[in-house]
Amino acid sequence: MSGFNHPTPYASWETRGWWEGAGRGEIVLQRCTSCGLVQHKPRAICVKCLTDTIEHFVASGRGTIHTFTVTHQNGVPPFSGQLPYVLAYVELEEGPRVLTNVVGADPASLAIGQAVVADFASTPRDDDEAIAVPRFRPA
Amino acid sequence: MTLSGAIAVAGVYEHPTRWAPDKTEFQIMAESAKGALDDAGLTIGDVDALFAASMTMSGMGIVDLAEYLDLKPTYLDGTNIGGSSFFAHVAHAAAAIHAGMCEVALVLYGSTAASNAMAIGTGMGGERRDPAASFSAPYGMTTVGSYALVAQLHQQRFGTTSEQLAEIAVTMRHHASLNPNAKMRTPITVDDVLASRIISEPLHLLDCCIISDGGGAVVVTSAERARDLPKAPVLLLGCGESVAHQEVGRQDLITTAARQSGGKAFAMAGVTHDDIDLCMIYDSFTITVLATLENLGFCKVGDGGSFVSDGRIGLGGALPVNPDGGGLSSNHPGMRGIFLVIEAVKQLRGECDARQVEGAQLACVHGTGGTLGVAHSGATLILGTEP
Repeated sequence: MSGFNHPTPYASWETRGWWEGAGRGEIVLQRCTSCGLVQHKPRAICVKCLTDTIEHFVASGRGTIHTFTVTHQNGVPPFSGQLPYVLAYVELEEGPRVLTNVVGADPASLAIGQAVVADFASTPRDDDEAIAVPRFRPA
Repeated sequence: MTLSGAIAVAGVYEHPTRWAPDKTEFQIMAESAKGALDDAGLTIGDVDALFAASMTMSGMGIVDLAEYLDLKPTYLDGTNIGGSSFFAHVAHAAAAIHAGMCEVALVLYGSTAASNAMAIGTGMGGERRDPAASFSAPYGMTTVGSYALVAQLHQQRFGTTSEQLAEIAVTMRHHASLNPNAKMRTPITVDDVLASRIISEPLHLLDCCIISDGGGAVVVTSAERARDLPKAPVLLLGCGESVAHQEVGRQDLITTAARQSGGKAFAMAGVTHDDIDLCMIYDSFTITVLATLENLGFCKVGDGGSFVSDGRIGLGGALPVNPDGGGLSSNHPGMRGIFLVIEAVKQLRGECDARQVEGAQLACVHGTGGTLGVAHSGATLILGTEP
């Protein structure tokens, strides 16, 4: 299942830090240098103080399964050909919960609270930008 | 004068169709408008405010609809917050009427979701050229999957069982068996639900709403004007809206939008949960009903599983929910909210024959729109026969 394929994500200038970080094999989060808020999904302003004093930092890539569902029906490619697969929220060590997939494990073996680490699937692009989709596998 | 009790629903109509390959959305809306205006004893010429949302209306869709109906309303509202849009429409209409900006509001819905073969629960997503959608689409997030994420967490945290969720589907099917217009009327058992195929764990096929065509209309006006109309007015006593989303990564999946909108609606109405005779709860999936009842405060968070068991939410129980059979069994043409308002009004008028909640005077109506565990809207109405 680690060969799990994803549709290509589309980045804006607000979100490219996340996707380009994934292209380097890193989970990249945002932090406000004014108030310290760590936020996800990425955006141009800190939602707490509405400043643009945002920096990106490399997170540990470790987390736990907050909740998950084994998906048995989805008519849309490429998922229709990869059933069943695991949709999950992973709670990162740095706090934010991210919507993702858990791969590289028998879905029946997974449990809420289980430790996971980031795993990156590079997605083909017709320019030379390197981006990847971050997903997780058991630690 | 306070808004609570000042505005009434004067007319309602649920289109009987569940399969309409020969109709358009706007046609279903227009047919429904005629039904609701007839019910209210009004004509299209009385309408000066138009509210609608649908599965395919675009950003300016409300203008297209006004043209289709050849209306020039003084008040337009095409708010689309998903299946709960129509609760917001009724509340917005009430505020506008109360402020003197319009007098007779027409709220419309029409859909051919089934005959257009829209795969609403499991077919959307895939590659999206959209930076915001790219945080869910690459992971195969389906509508049902977003609700399943909540169901799984609820089961793990509180011990809620699939049998308890199935009880909700069984109850809705029983109610539908008493509704001649319902699409699915053959009774089912808990075992039937558990034996149906898994769509997204822990939700089975029969934990999921059906997909139908359909539509409906609601006419809102001042309580004062409604008193001169043929049907007994049903008063808007309380309303509230809310959203729940990912909160920059801190979302609490157990707390739904119903917490905020319900609290506001109950406070405005000045009523307690014990006063409520029936609930209309958006039942896109069984977990939606359970989570909504908890967040509206009908039971403690975590106790929803036992609360929905033992017949409590069935006709004849302490808190009947969705006597029409709901989206799980009666109809669900994509955005179901308007039917909850229509059924509540008919129940409060005592027009529901075999599925009538005896002596119903006060209803709590709540809609959930969108994807429960990812981003959703909520809107609550408290409707009653007395101010």
